[in-house]
Amino acid sequence: MIQGRIPYRSVLLVLFAIALGSIPLWAPRFWIYIATQALIFAIFAMSLDLLVGYAGLPSFGHAAFYGVGAYACALLALGHVDGLVPLLLAGAIIAGLAALPIGALSLRTSGIYFLMLTLAFAQMLWGLAVNWTSLTRGTDGLIGIPRPTFPGLDALNITLYDRGPFFILCLLIAIAVFVFLEALARSPFGKTLEGIRENDRRMRALGFPTFRYRLAAFVAAGAVAGISGALAAMANGFATPDLLYWTVSGMGLIAVVVGGSRSFVGPLLGAFVVLVAQLGLSTYLDRWELVLGALFIVFVLFLPRGLVGLVRRA
Amino acid sequence: MELMVAGLTVRFGAVAALDRVDLHVASGERRALIGPNGAGKTTLLNVIAGELRPAAGSVQIGQRDATSLPPWRRARLGLGRTFQRSTLFGQLTVAENVALAVRARVHGAWRFWPGRDRSVNDEVGRRLDAAGLAHVARRRAATLGHGEQRILELELALTAAPTALLLDEPMAGLSGAERQAALSRLLALPRDVTLVIVEHDLDAVFALAERISVLDHGVKIADGEPAAVRADPRVQEAYLGVR
Repeated sequence: MIQGRIPYRSVLLVLFAIALGSIPLWAPRFWIYIATQALIFAIFAMSLDLLVGYAGLPSFGHAAFYGVGAYACALLALGHVDGLVPLLLAGAIIAGLAALPIGALSLRTSGIYFLMLTLAFAQMLWGLAVNWTSLTRGTDGLIGIPRPTFPGLDALNITLYDRGPFFILCLLIAIAVFVFLEALARSPFGKTLEGIRENDRRMRALGFPTFRYRLAAFVAAGAVAGISGALAAMANGFATPDLLYWTVSGMGLIAVVVGGSRSFVGPLLGAFVVLVAQLGLSTYLDRWELVLGALFIVFVLFLPRGLVGLVRRA
Repeated sequence: MELMVAGLTVRFGAVAALDRVDLHVASGERRALIGPNGAGKTTLLNVIAGELRPAAGSVQIGQRDATSLPPWRRARLGLGRTFQRSTLFGQLTVAENVALAVRARVHGAWRFWPGRDRSVNDEVGRRLDAAGLAHVARRRAATLGHGEQRILELELALTAAPTALLLDEPMAGLSGAERQAALSRLLALPRDVTLVIVEHDLDAVFALAERISVLDHGVKIADGEPAAVRADPRVQEAYLGVR
């Protein structure tokens, strides 16, 4: 910490976390539901920002890892694995494993080609989820996924089937992911990713095997997205092919752009805006996507640094 | 570190950008590569650095056959380079630009947690002082003027502490004073660093180079001491023109 300077950003973030943490105490049940969904989506959006903002990789197929994480968690939970930690780890590891070959192939291209290839791979996995009915039960999806247990919670008479405790669980995991990604972005590895984003040719001329760094970032982002997918499966109690559909990837990109890339606060805020728009506006408007689309266009045209840029300018 | 290319041929479509070029630069030698525009000078540097694969011929870096090595592996062998058009990290600060080059040398970028890197920061400070860039350390590289960008371009390559350095028109577009500064920075390099410099500023070429190779239309037409090259009638015809 720099002496004589108040770290406003950290103070604000802690206040924000406390405010979120108090939600179960006063908010109506529907709000707790929205906030839970928003936090899960925020984890997904933050993981996408590692690629989009830091590594400069515009992935349009990030839903693949969200979906793989959700199905991994769902299948294990239905197979009587009930521990929280193993389920989340399984979501992360299996999504990360899926990201390895997809990244290895997609990262041979860049720009618009990378975007199209990641989209294609994600849609292939969506097709797999629809058609591999013996494993996924197709479009019916896997239903009746039990919520996990965590040692010691029973003794406190807390169950993750309740909205409040489950919300707090999602908040704690979102904070952990935020801290992890912030640390990663400030590490030599994160700085290297930024260098690759800015100038791949120079990085190679300096002796960096840039492909390997990109692939590592792609796998890490996929693994974190897998955690968010696992949480989504637990939260909803089902996993359907919709989780892998391209619109999920698109929503993630909108959250990153509206919130502001190149910081993890941006996607966090963006995820809340998108979720509140989706779940809030859809109650009143049939065509809420129109509003979200207009918002996206406004941000791309006039506020390329997103909500975070708006705050920084003020 | 010694550099050797043999029988190097590069074709762009029907055009032979390089035609069976041989070049041997001894360890610690300062070699200039001159020739008219389009002679193949930059192409030759790109082949040595590994960005272009030759249609025929071989590249040897140090004692090692590097013909099929990717650019980053050649850099790890000790080969550095600058680019004709500044190739910087535009949205990063000048200090961050140099820090990346420091980390390239210490291979310390597979670390996933932050922390104070005192040795990296100290070196960045020293480098910026030496290059005269300390006053712009916190500016984004893209906001620098042309001269400062060229100096940073050179500094990135020097920071990686190469044992052989390829310089592609390091003086292009610099003012007189900036030229002098860049030249003295190059003259101050350790004597065992091999230099290959492509440059149109002949004063700089004659101040630096011990030997000169001349390319014309992808063919090496002369190779030798500066005085001999200057006197070579083919060189006068192709490059120095009517003097």
